[in-house]
Amino acid sequence: MSDVTVTPIARPGQRGFIKANLRQYGMLLSLFAIMLFFEVATNGTLLRPLNLTNLVLQNSYIAIMALGMLLVIVTGHIDLSVGSVAGFIGALAAVMMVQYQMPFVPAAILCLVAGGLIGAAQGYWVAYFKIPAFIVTLAGMLVFRGLMLAVLSGQSVGPFPVAFQRLSSGFLPDLSEVGGFRWSSMLLGVLLALALVAVNVRNRRRREQHGVEAEPFGFFVAKNLLMLAAICGLTYLIVSHRGLPNVLVIMAVLIALYAFVTTRTTVGRQIYAVGGNEKAAKLSGIGTERLTFLTFVNMGVLAALAGLIFAARLNTATPKAGVGFELDTIAACFIGGASAYGGVGQVTGAIIGAFIMGVMNNGMSILGIGIDYQQVIKGLVLLGAVCADVYNQKR
Amino acid sequence: MADILDMRGITKRFGPVTALRDVSLTVRTGEIHALVGENGAGKSTLMKVLSGVYPAGSYEGSIRYDGQERQFRGINDTEALGIIIIHQELALIPLLSIAENIFLSNPPSRFGVIDRDAVHMRTVALLAKVGLQESPDTLVTDIGVGKQQLVEIAKALSKRVRLLILDEPTASLNERDSAALLDLLVEFRAQGISSILISHKLNEVTKVADRVTVLRDGRTIETVDCRTAPIEEDHIIRRMVDRDLDSRFPDHAPQIGEEVFRVEGWTVDHPQHPGRQVVRGVDFHVRRGEIVGIAGLMGAGRTEFAMSVFGQSYGRDVRGRAFIDGKPVDLSTVPRAIAAGLAYVTEDRKHLGLILGEDIRKNVTLANLGGVSSSTVIDDMRELAVADDYRGRMRIRCSSVYQESGNLSGGNQQKVVLSKWLFSDPEVLILDEPTRGIDVGAKYEIYQIINALADAGKGVIVISSEMPELLGLCDRICVMNEGSFVGEFPRESASQEKIMRSIMRKGEQP
Repeated sequence: MSDVTVTPIARPGQRGFIKANLRQYGMLLSLFAIMLFFEVATNGTLLRPLNLTNLVLQNSYIAIMALGMLLVIVTGHIDLSVGSVAGFIGALAAVMMVQYQMPFVPAAILCLVAGGLIGAAQGYWVAYFKIPAFIVTLAGMLVFRGLMLAVLSGQSVGPFPVAFQRLSSGFLPDLSEVGGFRWSSMLLGVLLALALVAVNVRNRRRREQHGVEAEPFGFFVAKNLLMLAAICGLTYLIVSHRGLPNVLVIMAVLIALYAFVTTRTTVGRQIYAVGGNEKAAKLSGIGTERLTFLTFVNMGVLAALAGLIFAARLNTATPKAGVGFELDTIAACFIGGASAYGGVGQVTGAIIGAFIMGVMNNGMSILGIGIDYQQVIKGLVLLGAVCADVYNQKR
Repeated sequence: MADILDMRGITKRFGPVTALRDVSLTVRTGEIHALVGENGAGKSTLMKVLSGVYPAGSYEGSIRYDGQERQFRGINDTEALGIIIIHQELALIPLLSIAENIFLSNPPSRFGVIDRDAVHMRTVALLAKVGLQESPDTLVTDIGVGKQQLVEIAKALSKRVRLLILDEPTASLNERDSAALLDLLVEFRAQGISSILISHKLNEVTKVADRVTVLRDGRTIETVDCRTAPIEEDHIIRRMVDRDLDSRFPDHAPQIGEEVFRVEGWTVDHPQHPGRQVVRGVDFHVRRGEIVGIAGLMGAGRTEFAMSVFGQSYGRDVRGRAFIDGKPVDLSTVPRAIAAGLAYVTEDRKHLGLILGEDIRKNVTLANLGGVSSSTVIDDMRELAVADDYRGRMRIRCSSVYQESGNLSGGNQQKVVLSKWLFSDPEVLILDEPTRGIDVGAKYEIYQIINALADAGKGVIVISSEMPELLGLCDRICVMNEGSFVGEFPRESASQEKIMRSIMRKGEQP
């Protein structure tokens, strides 16, 4: 059937195309604009290799949780407990590894399983008993914050074994460091960028064969060149500090995986269907309850992973760990274009949203803006981003 | 008689699209004026201009009401003058009582405190006027759609209505409730209240209207006086679509084969009230190539029967046996019902049938994603080809299959829902009110699709509240009443009178 040509869709031309896809590219442009602003305002500190590496490390756990939160929000729910869960899992890891000397790998696996079970416990009430997720996860937020304090007895526990610290503070070992530059890490970044371009070219070919390509050629070339340049440039900067952080690799793999699952697989399609119209999805034979349940299990696992990364980064489990994470995570999704009514939102959007928040945190800190006004500005940016989105949709 | 309303030269543009072009409409004091036209002809837009939803200045042309030139700035202006519009989707708040709904915006009060006794007494009086026997304290959610419609009218009366606009008031009503509503309009006419009635049901229009205005493509085509000479439905239909319909139903010679689907002793309890049977011991079958209609009043249990068969989507304690091709099948969940070869096209396509925010393509493949994917990865080009194939075959009018299904007209939305279920390749299709709220031309196309399905050897079950539709389409008509099947008529011997008699006198066999 794949050689059937379909009716070509209207080609709106370069300008019309950009206008129609403003929503998709608008966020990316905002991120670039914000980065440019802080790069100038901080006299080039923002994009210094050291700072860029820190930026990745500081925001990785929010970005990872945003992947899970996006799915929860797309199904039309919310998870307020992720900060507490991340903190609780960090504490659990500390107790297992520091107090009971459990090796890193089994402890980490147990922690991820525990995260999954926590997600299952909450998702069960939401999916099968139709209790609003806001209430269930508000309860979870209190419960796991409390359990974390109980596990830690109110004390900080650390330091962690070195193997575990590497999770956050380690860098990819380089095979061919010549002249002080990590060529193989750089090569990895370039290969990734080329692979993305190759996928884009292949998809464009397929669409062209079926006569359904709407993107103007010039736009396509410019987009891919920009992407290539951006990935190679950022890789160069990061690599020239201490190499590719392990966390960055984990994050990149997860982003790729979740982007693929949400856009290309039947499960992804069904998740959007549940959020778009749960009753219609159910009458179309989709197991809506099971899908909702699984998005919460997934969220739990990712919150656990984020908790581990955060604990490894601080090299200690503190009773304050994870406070406010849920708000940053949810904000990342909404800045990234997810709809509070469900059914709408993209993985790439949530990640961009996470880094918009991250760059603003980082840039404002460098500029010496107090934590008080940082919060005010972040709040206004969240409101502004969502307002702009709603306005765009109404037009 | 003087004119209460005179709209002249109304032109309304939305960007480059002209929705109304030089439309004129006059309504005399104390007349029922019907407004007919296909979906998208501009009826609703015209009424929004009249009721002030589109304020003066956003359109061209003039409105004279009650002898004066008017410039309405909003719906408050028009309501103050007694122009009340009742939309197709009722604007009642389900968890408030009838009385609270009626006096929602202007309750009788003293110093801002609502006078409950006055509210109660005035509600009782208003309900008596519209012939609704319910306590003012009953919650709106607990009464049927027909009664809710009457509450809306009572609400209009409380605002001293002089020109009542009803948009498809009987679309979700059964014949008896529809008749009661139309009688009410006739009664209002005697009291000097004018009405504008928008309807797709021409038999109603010819029954009560004094004059009929036909709109097509945003223009006034004709205003016919029904009092001087009786009008012919065919004439109106011709004016609406500008083409002769030899028949409103395509010719069809059925080729009926073996039995494909049968249920025995099907019994379903109400989901909230255990023990109250909504469907009672139904025996029912359909053969390949056969179109079976299910007639009955609203609340007879037809939709409940269909949904309980389709994966127990309705009710609790579903009992009875089901067979496909003579073999017993398990229909306990929707995926199992689909796997067994059933498809159910819902009566409520906006809430239960479509994902309005998604494009046509994603809606078409939703019930059979396996058909466009290999090891759970969707082949987007195969999906596109499938969706485009259905777009062509079903003649879905759209810019492309990437168009959001929420932006389609009712008829095209219904074709998308039908496409979804055809792509799941069922043996038996249950179509619940397949042409509700759809214009005449699209209805004809849907009938053709239904006939083609039967010819392809599927068993087709059609639930409809429009009796002419059942008579024109079905090979056999079953009548349902209070949860039981009370009559069955083959096509040759079926007639409206017989079916109605069967409904009225429960249990009587033909």
